[in-house]
Amino acid sequence: MQKLFVPFAIVAAAMFVCAPFIILAAPYESTMGLVQKIFYFHAPIAMTMFVSAFVCGIGSAIFLFTRRSGADRVAVSAAELTSVLGIIVLVTGPLWARKAWGVWWEWDARLTSTLVLWLTFQAYLLLRRYGGPGSDRLAAGVGLFGMANVPFVYWSVNVWRTLHPKTSVVPTLQPGMRGPFWFCFLAFILFFMLTLHLRTRLEKRRAELEALYLAAEE
Amino acid sequence: MSTPGGDLDFTTLTLTDVTRSFGRRRALNRVSLHARAGETIALLGPNGAGKSTLLSIIATLLAPTSGEVRYGPHEGLRAGAALRARLGLLGHDLYIYPELSPAENLRFFAKVYGVEDVERCIADALDHAGLSHRRDDPVSGFSRGMRQRLALERALLHAPRLALLDEPFTGLDDAATHALRQRLATLRNSGCIVLITTHDLETIEGIVDRAMVLRNGVAVELPVGAGSLRQRYRASLTPLSSSR
Amino acid sequence: MTFVRTIWLITRKDLLIEARSKEILFTTLFFAVSSVLVFAFGFVREGRAVEDAAAGILWIAIAFSGTLALGRAFERERQSETLRALMIAPIPRPALYLGKLLGIVLLLAAVEAIIVPLVSLMFQAPLFTHAWLTLGLLAAGTIGFAAVGTLFAAMLVRARSRDVLLPVLLYPITIPVIIAGVRGTSALLQAEVDLPMARLWLSMLVFFDVVFVTLALWTFEPVMTE
Repeated sequence: MQKLFVPFAIVAAAMFVCAPFIILAAPYESTMGLVQKIFYFHAPIAMTMFVSAFVCGIGSAIFLFTRRSGADRVAVSAAELTSVLGIIVLVTGPLWARKAWGVWWEWDARLTSTLVLWLTFQAYLLLRRYGGPGSDRLAAGVGLFGMANVPFVYWSVNVWRTLHPKTSVVPTLQPGMRGPFWFCFLAFILFFMLTLHLRTRLEKRRAELEALYLAAEE
Repeated sequence: MSTPGGDLDFTTLTLTDVTRSFGRRRALNRVSLHARAGETIALLGPNGAGKSTLLSIIATLLAPTSGEVRYGPHEGLRAGAALRARLGLLGHDLYIYPELSPAENLRFFAKVYGVEDVERCIADALDHAGLSHRRDDPVSGFSRGMRQRLALERALLHAPRLALLDEPFTGLDDAATHALRQRLATLRNSGCIVLITTHDLETIEGIVDRAMVLRNGVAVELPVGAGSLRQRYRASLTPLSSSR
Repeated sequence: MTFVRTIWLITRKDLLIEARSKEILFTTLFFAVSSVLVFAFGFVREGRAVEDAAAGILWIAIAFSGTLALGRAFERERQSETLRALMIAPIPRPALYLGKLLGIVLLLAAVEAIIVPLVSLMFQAPLFTHAWLTLGLLAAGTIGFAAVGTLFAAMLVRARSRDVLLPVLLYPITIPVIIAGVRGTSALLQAEVDLPMARLWLSMLVFFDVVFVTLALWTFEPVMTE
């Protein structure tokens, strides 16, 4: 991974440079106008966020059952990324909602599930920050439960919302929009992997530093 | 006595290079210890030296960061419930329910440990603790010394092979101290391994076989030799005369 | 000693302590009644509750008082570190979890026995027309909430700021339970009763219970060993 980091970083950077042009070239959506373009950021980031949440959940489970601290480092990095990506989704979502439905917040199934998931991982980080010694194992339990909860939240919010259907949700993708969409998704996944790697490495360095402090004491 | 999860027993306790750190703080540093059935060993040392951490590790409540604890041929965390059935721990917190009476507390723990003939066992324990006359009063009204006596009997209820006693003399009056000394002598004769932490060096003089001093997480065996326990302990704490 | 008897031993001990002090039952009950009252000021207009309010008030009162009961129940095990005594006792850890869970569920059932009729009376909610479905939703919802809550409250016994962390961790995870409870109950309360919808929510709750009780039994041991 260390060797591949720089080439991957260059690819990701190049993709982010190209992205605005590709998005500009994508078909213009007449009812939504320019605001529709936010979709190319909003949806890929939301998908990346769910990937990140699952990485944290799986890392937590591995840490819980094998006590491998490497898995915990991946889990905490992924939880922080989930939190950051979640903020972007929760800011861009209402921007879209304002234009599409005329309200800032619509209790749409996807947006609501994102909010719940974001809260879960916020709780994970709060526990690690304020829980005192040993809270890494406790947080791993929360990470695992949070991941298992995703289908339940999505399903229940979905059924709850379809009880009172109000607005038509995201318009189906036109063929010309699909290319730019997946391009952006790929760019964000790459970005996610790179930041996850960096953050995990930082955590590893921190652990090494702790070990050095302990060794120096002897 | 039958124990849940089958009968598991051991006659030695071996700690090899047990280390435990909490973040950047190292509570125990490569502590090794070997104890045989019928031995009573004192763990001495100033506050915060790691005595309670060491007892928690031996009681399987805490996992060591590195090193291992063996109970005869068995390994600590893997042996599980059958091993835990042979351990008795008197902690700094007393592990008794203040809302319940002594008899109810003992009955609950006797059943948890799968003790046979629960009622006789409770009667004996209350007798040892000198609490027979208050067997049905809630513990919340008891003095510290009475609770301490009850907590000790609770820890020894199931006749453990290994008894870990953290400051058992706290809050005891002279009569109770004398009774506890006798109780420790009986335990030793019954082939129990006893680890005991205390600051009352005079009290345990003569009832412990050996002593180990913990200081900043490092263990030093107290030399056998002339002088009282207190004198030898003092000597071990001054760096010049500490022998390794 | 069998597994089931161990569970009952733990639960009976909790019930015995509660029977002595009655502290958790009374405080939780009055907290539940107070929160019902507080919500009433928000959702009752011109003497009548707004549509669907009764179900929401009922379930929020259960969730709030449940959190309180969980916190208190494990504070009791922390006072003299008796939870550690149970951790070194030779009982299977899953039995310990289930014993505590059963105690919490029974306690919440006692609280619900009072506040469900109360909500039914105060908000003219016909909760007893489909008594079995209501009972099923309450039972499955309470078990689901308590299953997650018992694990979290048990593991937070060792943590700092445990009082505030419990609801912070518990509510996001139990949101499906709240949604299912509220929607399932209000399907029974609305003008034309929607039985299939109530059954759908009930089956979702049962599924939630199965998944999370299994998961909690599986994670209790590794989460509790330091």
